[in-house]
Amino acid sequence: MRITLKIWRQPNSTEPGAMVDYALDDVSEDMSFLEMLDVLNEQLISAGEEPVAFDSDCREGICGSCGLMINGQAHGPEVTTTCQLHMRSFQDGDEIVIEPWRADPFPVLKDLMVDRRAFDRMIAAGGYISVNTGAAPDAHAVPVPKEKADRAFDVATCIGCGACVAACPNGSASLFLGAKITHLGELPQGQAERDLRVVNMVGQHDLEGFGGCTNIGECTAACPKEIPLDVISRLNWDLHAALRHGH
Amino acid sequence: MPDTTNAYDSSHTRGPGEQEYDDAAGYYVHGDPIQDTKAPGGPLEEMWGTRQFEAKIANPANRRRLSIIVVGTGLAGASAAATLGEAGYVVKSFCYQDSPRRAHSIAAQGGINAAKNYKGDGDSVYRLFYDTIKGGDYRSRESNVYRLAEVSVNIIDQCVAQGVPFAREYGGLLDNRSFGGVQVSRTFYARGQTGQQLLIGAYQALERQVAAGTVRCYTRHEMLELVVVDGRARGIIVRDLVTGEIETYFADVVVLASGGYGNVFYLSTNAMNSNVTASWRAHRKGALMANPCYTQIHPTCIPVTGTHQSKLTLMSESLRNDGRIWVPKSNSDCDKDPREIAEEDRDYYLERIYPAFGNLVPRDIASRQAKNVCDEGRGVGPEVDGVRRGVYLDFSDAIERLGRDAIESKYGNLFDMYARITGEDPYEVPMRIYPAVHYVMGGLWVDYDLQSTIPGLFVTGEANFSDHGANRLGASALMQGLADGYFVLPNTIRDYLAEGPFEKVPDDHPAVLEAQEAVRSRVQKFLTTNGTRSVDSYHRELGNIMWEYCGMERTEDGLRKAIDLIRGLREDFHRNVRVLGTAESINQSLEKAGRVADFFELGELMCIDALNRRESCGGHFRGESQTDDGEALRHDDQYAYVAAWEWQGEDQDPVLHKENLTYEFVEMKQRSYK
Ligand SMILES: Cc1cc2nc3c(=O)[nH]c(=O)nc-3n(C[C@H](O)[C@H](O)[C@H](O)COP(=O)(O)OP(=O)(O)OC[C@H]3O[C@@H](n4cnc5c(N)ncnc54)[C@H](O)[C@@H]3O)c2cc1C
Ligand code: SF4
Ligand code: FES
Repeated sequence: MRITLKIWRQPNSTEPGAMVDYALDDVSEDMSFLEMLDVLNEQLISAGEEPVAFDSDCREGICGSCGLMINGQAHGPEVTTTCQLHMRSFQDGDEIVIEPWRADPFPVLKDLMVDRRAFDRMIAAGGYISVNTGAAPDAHAVPVPKEKADRAFDVATCIGCGACVAACPNGSASLFLGAKITHLGELPQGQAERDLRVVNMVGQHDLEGFGGCTNIGECTAACPKEIPLDVISRLNWDLHAALRHGH
Repeated sequence: MPDTTNAYDSSHTRGPGEQEYDDAAGYYVHGDPIQDTKAPGGPLEEMWGTRQFEAKIANPANRRRLSIIVVGTGLAGASAAATLGEAGYVVKSFCYQDSPRRAHSIAAQGGINAAKNYKGDGDSVYRLFYDTIKGGDYRSRESNVYRLAEVSVNIIDQCVAQGVPFAREYGGLLDNRSFGGVQVSRTFYARGQTGQQLLIGAYQALERQVAAGTVRCYTRHEMLELVVVDGRARGIIVRDLVTGEIETYFADVVVLASGGYGNVFYLSTNAMNSNVTASWRAHRKGALMANPCYTQIHPTCIPVTGTHQSKLTLMSESLRNDGRIWVPKSNSDCDKDPREIAEEDRDYYLERIYPAFGNLVPRDIASRQAKNVCDEGRGVGPEVDGVRRGVYLDFSDAIERLGRDAIESKYGNLFDMYARITGEDPYEVPMRIYPAVHYVMGGLWVDYDLQSTIPGLFVTGEANFSDHGANRLGASALMQGLADGYFVLPNTIRDYLAEGPFEKVPDDHPAVLEAQEAVRSRVQKFLTTNGTRSVDSYHRELGNIMWEYCGMERTEDGLRKAIDLIRGLREDFHRNVRVLGTAESINQSLEKAGRVADFFELGELMCIDALNRRESCGGHFRGESQTDDGEALRHDDQYAYVAAWEWQGEDQDPVLHKENLTYEFVEMKQRSYK
């Protein structure tokens, strides 16, 4: 396939960036999207031009490192991560526009790489169950009903990629937050800190500059792990409950 | 190939060290034997308790004056950093990803073993210990493995308390499955994402300590040198991957939890950025590298489709329960639509060669036979570099017998994943699979305390060599990572730390300046070589050499050839590599150049180690050491040792130190699957 690429190039977080055009002649439809970029980079290196910087690691759709806006869609046209998107989703002669995640709390570091440390800080604000190593009771001491365990698992699959934020017109991280609140809130182990958790995590979310949720739903449409929108209702519910409880 | 198997006289017991053959003569130097002096003697069941009791305790008030560097945030590193932070030490945690949560452990699919005996099917700590020793082909230490089995039980409790959503039964209790050919159900799992869920648990515990102020995380920081002062590990030199700044961090001890080096093969199931640099830099400073040749190959991965391919994806081994593996009998059928190849023209080679085990033979055997049929020219799928490397994994019989719905509910996710990557529908056309490098059992040598030969340098998880011998059983790596990080290291490191805090290292200590300068000049050298070839192209070529000659089957001739090829290619790399951009910014080619440079040196050592070990065991199959019917043949009288290699300098032969393995509690037996 022949493909034309328009890629955001930006040398670092302080200098301005711009779209640059590249042509690739020999794209195989078996390539993943990132392998296509690898091929571009080999071409650039041999032409003496700096390769395009982008994040990736597992290339299996699980680590959450990769993430690009492709033709205006987070991760591209399919419900999957960018590393699991393949060139067969495109056609010979296509023009593809590639940009980094756009959101104020995710500053661009270089080209297609952004800084997502705000996600770690939200987790540090309360996205855990406080239990010191060695202090745990036997795993069978507290049974968890299967439905709750399954629900907890379903939302625990969030990979922290940030696509929900990039897709949201408000730049809200509510889906990411809702997934964690729901995961830990479904489990008996998570109850003791349930109120405090939501208050602190939402507080950090707002502090980081993420926007509020206005129920547009772009986040869940873009989420490669199909985290459902109702985790945001759960988030709001838990927040109100916590405030009622005087937090 | 000459049949030399009978040259071994098994009735004569030769002490290890008295080798009949010295294939690697001329490539290495003999050194003094080495041994683990930390494991207390006595009965297996009491060793760990004794050691924990004997290990000194750092006074709680003193702990905030004791500092620890942990390199790596995978299961081994994150669990260690979190636990040490809880204990009150000052911890600095490093990883090269943008978040600790993205460490390679996240990709593990199958599950984690623990001797909980929740199924009442006769499992026990002893049985897990026994299976692990046997599975490792009697090349691991009894003391370490017993302890691993012992603490496995606590791991599950810890993870459940953290909220890890393991699979449960309707009664609300945890579910288990049996995995990797083991006869009891001891594997805990969270669908096909066990690694992710365990890592998120450890990561959350880590972030909790970040909030508490005991741990500081340095993400996008890569360790490029170890600082050794007066013989002790006292710090690391890192490159901030965003600003390019070369920074120095000091501590009372350094823990490496930096993962495995399977990426030396370029194509593997490892995450793209996994590398050996942290371990290799420590090796060059005096830490011994043990059993580097032990590589685990996984038989069911999605094959290579073209030269653009960047990595290989693993498909769960459970597929072999229902899929039948075959290739065409004649190579003229290889490019045909498999559905048009008649039954009598198919070779179900595993069922043919191993009628008792069929498609369920162990990983190493299934892998090797797939390579054999492809080498014979009977592989299927696209031709890459002139060879088709794929065999069919066919579900049509199973679909006919059990119905499509049954197959869908059992393997649906995997079928979808396969379809996404290959663009083929495995319900209609047989899947294609091929073996890929998956894990390494070799790593830095450590004693029972997980301390390397450099005092103050501890090594955990896949980065150390200790618990899996020559072959790792499925679901045991996750177990080891968390056992090391949550339970073992925090209890052994305190013995060392109790002597601290050590005297502060001055910023301008010669050892520090030397290490900083080494990093700077390496970086500068890559940027000014101004050659013509990209780093990746060298990595790919090195990977091909490693796979061809130090992969599934190794021979004396092949390994010698590989060493020559690697030496030539490495020289070319240092003369002709092209790294663009600057040192003062994000520069991914520069990062890769450093990693590949270390892979060249490691690759050579792997070949030397493989050459020395003229026996087949676990993940190491030496063509010269097989039974009459082509099965692996071990030589306990000569090679029941850990090969621990010492670095002597560039262009100098490494020194081989042997740690004899003695088995007091289990009897060594040959494996057989016929
Ligand atoms: C596809 C796949 C499936 C698997 N499935 C299973 C399974 O089902 N069960 C099982 O038991 N095992 C499985 N394994 C094996 C298992 O996942 C790994 O062995 C294990 O996770 C390794 O953990 P670790 O903590 O030692 O290292 P890793 O998780 O690899 O972490 C390495 C860490 O070190 C950091 N690092 C490395 N070098 C540097 C440096 N120079 N500077 C700074 N930081 C550095 C990295 O950033 C990372 O944080 C699987 C492996 C693969 C590839
Ligand atoms: S909720 Fe979905 S889109 Fe958002 S970070 Fe998690 S996986 Fe990514
Ligand atoms: S690279 Fe890991 S999810 Fe894409």
